[in-house]
Amino acid sequence: MGLHELTITQIHRGLIKGEFSALELTQAFLDRIEKLDKKISAFLTVTKNLALSQAKKIDEIISREEKIPILTGIPFAVKDIILVENVKCTAGSKILENYIAPYDATCIKKLKSQGAIILGKTNLDEFAMGSSTEHSAFFPTRNPHDNTRVPGGSSGGSAAAVATNFCSFALGSDTCGSIRQPAAFCGVVGLKPTYGAVSRYGLIAMASSLDQIGPITKTVEDAKIVFEAISGKDPLDSTSIETLKLQTTNYKLQNLRIGVPKEYFTKGIDPEVEKIVRSAIKKYEIAGAKIEEISLPYSTHHSLATYYLIMPSEVSANLARYDGIKYGFSTVDSRQSTVENLLDVYLKSRGEGLGPEVKRRIMLGTYALSAGYYDAYYLKAQKVRTLIIQNFKKALEKVDVIMTPTTPTPAFKLGEKITDPLLMYLSDIYMAAVSLAGLPAISIPCGKVENLPIGLQIIGKPFEEEKILTIADLFKKL
Amino acid sequence: MITKKEVEHLAKLARLGLTQKEINKIQKELSLILDYFNSLKEVKTEDIEPTSHPILTKSFLRKDEISSQPPETIQKLIELTPQKENGYIKVKSIL
Repeated sequence: MGLHELTITQIHRGLIKGEFSALELTQAFLDRIEKLDKKISAFLTVTKNLALSQAKKIDEIISREEKIPILTGIPFAVKDIILVENVKCTAGSKILENYIAPYDATCIKKLKSQGAIILGKTNLDEFAMGSSTEHSAFFPTRNPHDNTRVPGGSSGGSAAAVATNFCSFALGSDTCGSIRQPAAFCGVVGLKPTYGAVSRYGLIAMASSLDQIGPITKTVEDAKIVFEAISGKDPLDSTSIETLKLQTTNYKLQNLRIGVPKEYFTKGIDPEVEKIVRSAIKKYEIAGAKIEEISLPYSTHHSLATYYLIMPSEVSANLARYDGIKYGFSTVDSRQSTVENLLDVYLKSRGEGLGPEVKRRIMLGTYALSAGYYDAYYLKAQKVRTLIIQNFKKALEKVDVIMTPTTPTPAFKLGEKITDPLLMYLSDIYMAAVSLAGLPAISIPCGKVENLPIGLQIIGKPFEEEKILTIADLFKKL
Repeated sequence: MITKKEVEHLAKLARLGLTQKEINKIQKELSLILDYFNSLKEVKTEDIEPTSHPILTKSFLRKDEISSQPPETIQKLIELTPQKENGYIKVKSIL
């Protein structure tokens, strides 16, 4: 097994035993990226010097210390929407093309304090707005299983990097499936934590009531390790909540009640995907779990509509900061500056610096919040959100977890959906309700359609990451 | 169907400088997306409270005090601004 194929636990053991050094391991990943990333384009920035200097320091520590934290010396990649100090952070946008992060995100601070090694920043849809990584202002990323297809989005670079063994794990962010969907398309594990479980400090904000940072990993065990390291209350994020340390509780499959919502298996799902996901759920039943068909009203199309009202509204507020004044691209810099007044600075910096999908969403949000439309759109969506939360609550009293397909289809072709925004939005049909309710959800690979991976989504009550991780981890033994 | 005038008004509110081509395109796209929202009309929401945060927490605010930042941090932030002079951010006049 190559060094680049090892799990976090395997690397940890290898480093302690002296089978290889952190420097060798890091160099192996960097060499692999240099050789193969031209086919995938997972990375926007490779932080070679940072990684090598971190690795050298880690090797000194390992030679001195008896015990090291589990993430010491583990090389990882970071979605380019999470700040790493002194490293460029573009959010996949021209408006931040040359922006150098002035501080570390809290999750980065936590991983650095354990001695994890940063290999680089990965590609994404601009400002995390997209489901294919095709909306990156720079270039699209390709699916490692079929490079004529998308890796998913918006954390497509991170998912592709993990799937191609360019890193031992990666960080992504999920607002409406942006960790889970690319994880499913690339055949890796993706965890969206409960809203508030992981600090959003240092995450470039998209929709503040929905955004969450989470791990994309090769195994469920790795996801658990990373989640434990990055979660926890942070005074710098007032929406973050203290999470209890994950115990290794023995969740017995015998009589575990698994809810399968009928709304997730109607028109629009690829029949092959349905077959694979149902047979994955059947494996749990054979092992002793009880499958119950449930109903989650409003959890697909109505949830997607609700999301596409609430999220753009929050986006229109969060992206107001890109004004050509404080940071980022400014039209005042350009040589052909015909900027006469302050309004011009705003109009032209934003007009030139922001991409079409971002503009679409800002406009949508501005409309939904504007006088005369606020009640019919934004307020209505917030009320429907309450109903969606209530429906999940009722369902999760009758069942222990809910299982659904992660996506209605396998990875689609590059260019297939890019000209039709609504078609692109529909790829997240199974993601929206979970995000609106702030619930924890994990996507694990559960089969393939031809050579294209398919994901199974497992959903729990708030702060039940441990339960869904344990149940997800059992899948490999079924 | 959202009108061109409405699109231009929204662009001005959002401080987005759009070309005519962009305005025409966005007009069509927004109209299609807004149609999709019609499904929410059928959801009964009388007596339902709106949700702004999915996980209820006690909202807390910190004291309105200036916490001093180290000069290196301030330096970094000023460095990032497109137009600066003597440690100040430079903007076009407002009045």
